[in-house]
Amino acid sequence: MDIHSIRSQFPILDQSVNDHPLVYLDSAATSQKPTSVINTVNQYYQEYNSNVHRGVHTLGTKATDAYEAAREKVRNFIHAKSTQEIIFTRGTTTALNTVAASYGRVNLKAGDEIVISYMEHHSNIIPWQQVAKYTGATLKYIPLTEDGTISLEDVRNTITNQTKIVSLTYISNVLGTINPIKEITKIAHEHGAIMVVDGAQSTPHMKVDVTDLDCDFYAFSGHKMCGPTGMGVLYGKQHLLEQMEPIEFGGEMIDFVNLYDSTWKELPWKFEAGTPIIAGAIGLGAAIDFLETIGLDAIHKHEHELVGYAMEKVSSIEGVTIYGPSAENRAGVLTFNIEGVHPHDVATVLDTEGIAVRAGHHCAQPLMKWLNVSATARASFYLYNTKEDVDRFVEGLVISKEFFHNVF
Amino acid sequence: MSFNNLDALYRQVIMDHYKKPRNKGILEDGNLVIDMNNPTCGDRIRLTMKEEDGKIVDVKFEGEGCSISMASASMMTQLVKGKDVKTAMELSKTFSQIVQGKEYTTDLDLGDIEALQGVSKFPARIKCATLAWKGLEKGIHDKHSM
Repeated sequence: MDIHSIRSQFPILDQSVNDHPLVYLDSAATSQKPTSVINTVNQYYQEYNSNVHRGVHTLGTKATDAYEAAREKVRNFIHAKSTQEIIFTRGTTTALNTVAASYGRVNLKAGDEIVISYMEHHSNIIPWQQVAKYTGATLKYIPLTEDGTISLEDVRNTITNQTKIVSLTYISNVLGTINPIKEITKIAHEHGAIMVVDGAQSTPHMKVDVTDLDCDFYAFSGHKMCGPTGMGVLYGKQHLLEQMEPIEFGGEMIDFVNLYDSTWKELPWKFEAGTPIIAGAIGLGAAIDFLETIGLDAIHKHEHELVGYAMEKVSSIEGVTIYGPSAENRAGVLTFNIEGVHPHDVATVLDTEGIAVRAGHHCAQPLMKWLNVSATARASFYLYNTKEDVDRFVEGLVISKEFFHNVF
Repeated sequence: MSFNNLDALYRQVIMDHYKKPRNKGILEDGNLVIDMNNPTCGDRIRLTMKEEDGKIVDVKFEGEGCSISMASASMMTQLVKGKDVKTAMELSKTFSQIVQGKEYTTDLDLGDIEALQGVSKFPARIKCATLAWKGLEKGIHDKHSM
């Protein structure tokens, strides 16, 4: 992996922030975009902007072809069997809400169970809370082990024959834990439950094969994988999607509209009401091309090396707590606290050094409760980060410590 | 190593309030309880106040958050304690102008709150500084619209 060539394709990285060269360590929130993606979106707007699946004119056909070509790229990228299983959404949140509303509310009843874990992002908690309230089903949490992982024994102890839905994140956005989704899917299926996977943090960073995982639904966002914001994907097994009713109605998704009743288009379009996210989909296709040129295995390996290097350096600073598992079972996410310094204050000091990290609860309040903290700081890495970035980050942490030590 | 910008934000007096907060705790005989939180970052403050005949007789705060939010809460309680409600609201308005880096004129004694002027250079932190004051305004507003 030629890191200099990669960095040169991300124009945003070549700038100073607060008089220091930018070190961007917030890719788990959103990734930066390479020139090829920016140009592809530009080109769509400048050369063939048109609505899709409507007109017969040339630009409309070109836009439709590009939009549907992006669907095929996504299918191939996550190894789904058919493009009918690839639904374009606004993001992971919308994708998970679609499953909750269209599958969960309809198929669950009082006495049924929904199983999630303590490490879920709010977008994989609240939709299920709502399903539970609406149907009378019970929401259950798989506990975490001491180092912030999920043990299969705890999975087996939590899932029962009453469990109808298991919904878990592939990679924790806070702990960086990579969950054994394939094994958990098998356990869910043995009990007759469906398996939903939040792939927001996994899809950008590792090879994903939904057919091999055998999960029933898989959700992810484009903007965390070098694509545009406002664009995401819901994968679902065809036989399940076929049984499900759309949750949005209007143009684009219909077959025939009568005065009092209407019929829906076939998959995947019955779930895509209104003018879709055309530029977003085409941009996501370009992001996939970009990532595949570099190779997901190479990206994963690079991030694994970076996080290992970062953990070694950060853990040598006295008074710093790192949350989550050891580097072996961890994606490129490093969440931490400096003793006696609030994470916001750490983030502000790092920002004055040109280093962007996230501070707060990371949309995971139940996990914060489990960690017994109100907030944490998080550095997250992607393919464009370097060991020099890690060195600057570690220097920044030392500066934070020193500064607050001096003012106290 | 120079900490110029940071020194402007984290003035000694702010750190003093953070380390040794004034009026920290729960007012047992208060007649107003206001819970404030900043959902994007998890900062949380509970204000308890005793208000009688338009006067803030006593006020305490309790909560968790960054140095700026906690120091600001401490300074606020120190400043408005014993003041009438109208003055407290005026102080709140002035404080909002201070942390936004706007011009302000007032005859009122501002206590330590001008130390938070440096926040205006850090737009992401303005909400931290105003959380306790928003709580104060909410409490006064709720009481007087009852």
